[in-house]
Amino acid sequence: MSDSLGRAPARLLVPAGLATLLLVLPLVSLLLTAPWSMLGEQLGTEALRQAMWLSVLTATVATGVCLLLGLPLAWVLARVDFPGRRLLRTLVIVPLVLPPVVAGVALVSAFGRTGIIGEPLRAATGLSLPYTTAGVIVAHVFVSLPFVVISIEGALRSAHQEYDAAAATLGASRWHAFRTVTVPLALPGIAAGMVLAWARSLGEFGATITFAGNYPGTTQTMPTLIYLSINSHPEAAKTLSLVLLLLSLAVLVALRDRWLVTS
Amino acid sequence: MSDLDASLEVPGRVSADFAADRGDVIAVIGPNGAGKSSLVKAVAGLVPATGRVTLDGRNLMELPTRERGLGVVFQDQLLFPHLDARDNVAYGPRARGVTRADARRRADQWLSALGVGDLAHRRPGQLSGGQAQRVAIARALVTDPTLLLLDEPMSGLDVGVATSLRIELARHLSEFGGIALLVTHDALDALTVANRVLVLDEGKVAQFGTPHEVSQRPVTDHVARLVGLNVIRAGDELRAFEPTAVTVNLTEPTGSARHRWAGRVAAVTPHGAALRLVVRTADNGPELIADVTPEAATELELTLGRSVWVSVKETSVRAYTNRTQ
Repeated sequence: MSDSLGRAPARLLVPAGLATLLLVLPLVSLLLTAPWSMLGEQLGTEALRQAMWLSVLTATVATGVCLLLGLPLAWVLARVDFPGRRLLRTLVIVPLVLPPVVAGVALVSAFGRTGIIGEPLRAATGLSLPYTTAGVIVAHVFVSLPFVVISIEGALRSAHQEYDAAAATLGASRWHAFRTVTVPLALPGIAAGMVLAWARSLGEFGATITFAGNYPGTTQTMPTLIYLSINSHPEAAKTLSLVLLLLSLAVLVALRDRWLVTS
Repeated sequence: MSDLDASLEVPGRVSADFAADRGDVIAVIGPNGAGKSSLVKAVAGLVPATGRVTLDGRNLMELPTRERGLGVVFQDQLLFPHLDARDNVAYGPRARGVTRADARRRADQWLSALGVGDLAHRRPGQLSGGQAQRVAIARALVTDPTLLLLDEPMSGLDVGVATSLRIELARHLSEFGGIALLVTHDALDALTVANRVLVLDEGKVAQFGTPHEVSQRPVTDHVARLVGLNVIRAGDELRAFEPTAVTVNLTEPTGSARHRWAGRVAAVTPHGAALRLVVRTADNGPELIADVTPEAATELELTLGRSVWVSVKETSVRAYTNRTQ
């Protein structure tokens, strides 16, 4: 608390303490008031099991889609020089700062039943995204993809391009070098991006409920069920919240090497 | 028509014309910033360049890097950190469609040829600098290139390691049969490994000749310093003489010595059994080096800043013309 430069001043220590309380108190309260004795019973109810299964399913599928689409986009941003690259990178980041409910409205205007793409798509194929599990996944991908792209692009940039050059001198095509050198060297960044995307998808609420609604079994994920039951069934809401808190902590542990190493 | 005919320019960095035949090892020397690395990177297609590099009738400049059929040994090796030594060497054959088993067999042969066969399962992070450079050389040679580019392969190695690697590299290059371009800042590399020396200075070819020509009749100060020779220039007329031919006196010499300068001792370093003096001559004259015996140095009290006269006999001076300019 004190060193040769003098004591840490109270006018800094007090707000620092308040900030800590503000961050920690709600989480401690959640742990203290969680319905521990009813936990097993709560987790066994049909609604919770459905929501948990759906959340894990949609988050996992969305993460896979994010990898399939995000890795190529990240590579293009990191390795191909073209006019408008900065603009593209900016556009990719927009969903990151967009309020999720706005993302939901945007998705409705594009893929909704009367949306720019949604209407012709339904007319042509009879398929419709809103209020379906696929719609939940689309919403998750929309909000999670920027995390994947940014994380992988950073990894690709630091996984020095000289190795691509070395591969080329050895006769490797661009695709061969991508598979055998670029991706393996960027693997930590790719993994981090996927963990982030999965966590973001799991907690996604605003865009999902706006675009896909809240139907048990098809579009009701953990966050939407929590929102629905906080007044009517607070034990259910707290039980699910506890599950999400534990998963968040697991993500933090998984990424500790990237975020918690500061000294 | 030579096997290799190059005339290329990296805008703002280097512009060079040279030719070579199979079996040639060309040392590329010159001070930092002379464009040595840019030149080999341009031949490899790793920096934008214009011009032609014709190898066996094909213009490499029109081909992407991977189709140029080169072997490249990079200054910092650039071994793939996620692959062990064997898979690093097997990478080239694998990229060209050789089966894994075949590629690994060839990799093992080359690793053994370079004396690192027992390190096949180590990753680059577990190799010393000299070992990594051997793996890098094996990786470049395993694809059987016609043109081998080596960008300062000895730099950053301990003296002892560099010496043994130099001997081995000279052996492999003599068996290589293709054309090698060896970028180096070490006169020993140029004189012992190469049969041709390309001297770059400020992005241009200053001299291109045999190691003997370049070391006996250097036209750049850089090479003169590298080989330890005094070179005095008057336009395109150059005069070279050995530091051992220089006489040091405290007073102006009388007698037969035609070339004489007054100056001050700017540096004294041991050089073999002798002491090597650097004498900065008066009136912005040339900086000359002179080898004297330790006894003479003691007797004349040749310490830093001492005023001296240096002279050399005309019979010890080689006069020649710089034809490249």
